[in-house]
Amino acid sequence: MTTADGGQRSAIGAREVLLILQELSEAIGISGNEDAVRKIIADAVRDHVDELRTDTIGNLFAVKKARAAQGAKRAFKVMLAAHMDEVGLMVTGHDGNGGLRFRPVGGIDDRVLLGKVLLVGPDKVPGVIGVKPVHLLKGDEGKQVTKMDDMRIDIGALSKEEAEGLIKLGQVAAFSTRYNKVGRTATGKAFDDRAGCAVLVELLKGARFPFDLHAVFTVQEEVGLRGARVAASAVEPDCAFVLEGTICDDLPKDKDVSPTTELGKGPAISLMDRSAFADRRLVDHLIATAEKLGIPYQFKQPGIGGTDAGAITRSKAGVPTAPVSVPCRYIHSPVSRLSLDDFDNTVRLMRESLSRLTPDVLKRS
Amino acid sequence: MKDLIKKLTEVYGPSGYEHSIRQIIRDEVRGYADEIRTNTLGSLIALKRGKGKGKKVMLAAHMDEIGVMVTHIDEKGFCRFASIGGLYPLTLLGGRVVFGNGTVGVIGMEEKHFERGKTPPLDQFFVDVGAKDKASCPVKVGDAAGFSRPFEDLGGRLVAKTMDDRVACAILIETLRKLRRCAHDVYFVFTVQEEMTLAGAGTSAYGINPDMALAVDVTDTGDTPESNHMAVALGGGPAIKVQDSGMVAHAGVKELMVRRAEEAKLPYQLEVLAGGTTDAMAIQMVREGIPTGCLSIPCRYIHSPSEMVDYGDVENSVKLLLAILSKSIEL
Amino acid sequence: MDLSALLKKLSEAHGISAYEAPVREIVREEFAKHSHEVRVTKMGSVVGVRHGSGVAPRRKVMLSAHMDEIGLMVTGIEKGFLRITKVAGSDARVMLGQEVVVHGQRELPGVVGSRPPHVLPPDERDRVLLFDQLFVDVGLPETQVKRLVRVGDLISIRRAAFELKGGLFCGKALDDRASVAAVAICLETLAASQHKWDVLGVASVQEETTFLGAATSAHGLQPDVAIAIDVTFGEQNGVSDAHTVGMGKGPAIGVGPNFHPELVKALVDTASKLEMPYQIEPTPGASGTDAWPIQVAREGIPTALLSIPLRYMHTPVETVSLRDIERTGKLMAAFIAHLDDEFVKTLTFVLDG
Repeated sequence: MTTADGGQRSAIGAREVLLILQELSEAIGISGNEDAVRKIIADAVRDHVDELRTDTIGNLFAVKKARAAQGAKRAFKVMLAAHMDEVGLMVTGHDGNGGLRFRPVGGIDDRVLLGKVLLVGPDKVPGVIGVKPVHLLKGDEGKQVTKMDDMRIDIGALSKEEAEGLIKLGQVAAFSTRYNKVGRTATGKAFDDRAGCAVLVELLKGARFPFDLHAVFTVQEEVGLRGARVAASAVEPDCAFVLEGTICDDLPKDKDVSPTTELGKGPAISLMDRSAFADRRLVDHLIATAEKLGIPYQFKQPGIGGTDAGAITRSKAGVPTAPVSVPCRYIHSPVSRLSLDDFDNTVRLMRESLSRLTPDVLKRS
Repeated sequence: MKDLIKKLTEVYGPSGYEHSIRQIIRDEVRGYADEIRTNTLGSLIALKRGKGKGKKVMLAAHMDEIGVMVTHIDEKGFCRFASIGGLYPLTLLGGRVVFGNGTVGVIGMEEKHFERGKTPPLDQFFVDVGAKDKASCPVKVGDAAGFSRPFEDLGGRLVAKTMDDRVACAILIETLRKLRRCAHDVYFVFTVQEEMTLAGAGTSAYGINPDMALAVDVTDTGDTPESNHMAVALGGGPAIKVQDSGMVAHAGVKELMVRRAEEAKLPYQLEVLAGGTTDAMAIQMVREGIPTGCLSIPCRYIHSPSEMVDYGDVENSVKLLLAILSKSIEL
Repeated sequence: MDLSALLKKLSEAHGISAYEAPVREIVREEFAKHSHEVRVTKMGSVVGVRHGSGVAPRRKVMLSAHMDEIGLMVTGIEKGFLRITKVAGSDARVMLGQEVVVHGQRELPGVVGSRPPHVLPPDERDRVLLFDQLFVDVGLPETQVKRLVRVGDLISIRRAAFELKGGLFCGKALDDRASVAAVAICLETLAASQHKWDVLGVASVQEETTFLGAATSAHGLQPDVAIAIDVTFGEQNGVSDAHTVGMGKGPAIGVGPNFHPELVKALVDTASKLEMPYQIEPTPGASGTDAWPIQVAREGIPTALLSIPLRYMHTPVETVSLRDIERTGKLMAAFIAHLDDEFVKTLTFVLDG
């Protein structure tokens, strides 16, 4: 396959792409504990980039320099961000029965936790979140939502002392979900944002672009866009794209309202969310590229959620930014589903748009 | 100034779509500023250089207005929307909005889900542009609209949509026009995206790095029937902000504003705002911090299509800014 | 140092967010005792600087405790009574019958008045009075009040600080002046020992409102490492111990994404070596302290949080253990005494291969 500049993309098989997505999905990397994910990504991109480094909050920076010496006085810098962290649970106490009290890291709906299996701590100790058996419910109890404060993770310890010996305060627990390929879709945990990370890995493994590409695999997006804020300050890009795994709410509904995105309809371009406005010049460039090459795309429902773009846009004197996302059903729950076609089209849209990206795109009309 | 306020308030410019209002303001400041530029995110900066011995002062008024962005067109051509900025459901039903391409829409509500005595949530509203179906709908997902209402001159009082914050833009323009070269370099900044994220203000302040900044925005009043208590009233003069829900004004800046108002014998009020904040909140946090205050124009019915200000307050705001700029700035 | 005396001075000083001048003077004077120089930042935070013994350019460690307190503000004058609102997180429930100081043209003692039970209908007593239903009474005729007080004037809690039994100390604004005292203890301890790094002891402003002081100080000082010191919920009546740490059981060390794991480890190791009791405070997200903005200042600053257990937070009777304050100060000093260049290398996350 050739890219816009006529160069030959190194032969990456579809299998390899899926492997990296699987590896990333199954790796555990809750906000503040992204080491395992960082390692997988560093190993995957090391031979394809000119610089690889980390910082003191845990971001991974990979620089892929421009393919030819540029005429411009100063290299045009484009930052691409995907976050390595996933939502999970943090152990906050040990109760008398050996159960672990916990609070969420990032946003998790109480209702997705009952009856689930977690992997707790650096040793991935299996634990379960149970609930009062249905047989014993009285009246309307079965209709009441159980709050996280009332749940416990049961690792099988029979006493507080035993539990304290196995799991320390502050250690984190992730869903135990394994990746699975089902036709042209895949299920797994943490597609928000391992899907975005996998897209970025693919872009780094391909040919160079007509500018210096600063890929940043950020940390702690889920607890406040923390890594991205620091990274944008360090990189000082001319513009940025954020690669996400985003809400796909295309289940049947009573009302004819937005599904936010739909599986199979292609990469979702954001226009506006609670954290930022996408820069219209970058959005128009993405649309023009997609239209020209017949790449399917959709718009994410405006006004929903937030991304690293919220931090990057407001960095220093401002950075024009646009988020592009792989639609993922059921994010922030134990199991998500994405379309592998959407994934491939996201890679394609980004590769083709970036190949055609010049400083002129940012000129004001 | 009434013509200028009318002109500015009637222009289309929801957050993220400020190009039209930016162009109009650019035309209004041309000839009065030494330098005019648009920065990275789209804020407009008009610099009037000083004689060189003073401070760097930044004045900020936001160009953007609240509005709606289309999120979904249903099969029948009705448009669901997300709010741009803070929308009060009570102000929406039967309201008219206008899109960038001129399409006019009416805001309707889900009747079946309406509960008597309760304010419906925003997701029970929709925009009706009169389309027959989805295919023939003249707007698409991502299009943004602002309220559509004409400016009204009631004599001493003025009514328009988007007094927040176009009346402040008018005040800045008028101040620039009347400002004789002073000691200070004054940056008149017309910011973007205030109603959603304050993105324009902080980034503009970062680029300019002023010694002092004043946001100019509207504030609430306590002078309507059975209103919540607030010691600000229309006609009481420009309000000098003490605190709002996002920040406490820099004590030295606040005191300077009071001093200059008293010296110039201008009416003024002290403002404590319970709900709401301004560009000042973002500006003060930049770099090592910027001493920031806020000059507020008392305004009734904020974030409704009919915001009301007192013309005397508007004129006195210009006078107060000129009084501050024409003298030394010691904090 | 006489901790109880220092704490009393700090607690009773006034210094509501953005108006910290009175307490700033006390902090300057105190920090000056054991610093090589004392500065005030652009936004009003105090920095006590101790130069290390290392060769220049020396690494810097920043300690940040906030000196501002919550309070009240005048919103109107009616029949000589003052209408009020809160500045930052004041609690309306503790205001009835509270003595205050109104900072008008001069300081006026006042009272938050309450209607006597005799005249109240029964259901009235089941309602919490919120700020817009409370009045401050300064006991002066309306004309005089209007001359002396205006909208926007600040009102502080008037509360003499004092010792309780069990080594506990009680007063207003111990959030976070107890931590400011801990920083003073740290500086004093370091003055009597050796340390290679420069130490910047910061008493920050406006933590209770916007974290303005910490964010801007970190940006300006650019330390290599930072420790924020704040207070946390100490075990007390009415709160489940799922949400509190022990009183008198040592400083709480924060664990979670807001804190650098190597810093946490170093603090735990230091406490263990000192045989000092400490507690772990799991923090899944934002800590709600100066540590939050400092961590993401500039290109990121490795940050940790030490918290002094405190009962009845944001009331006039905040209560701490004197021992816990001493421990916190000593722990920081011991940690700083061991800082060397090697430590910095551990702060960048490792890339294998």
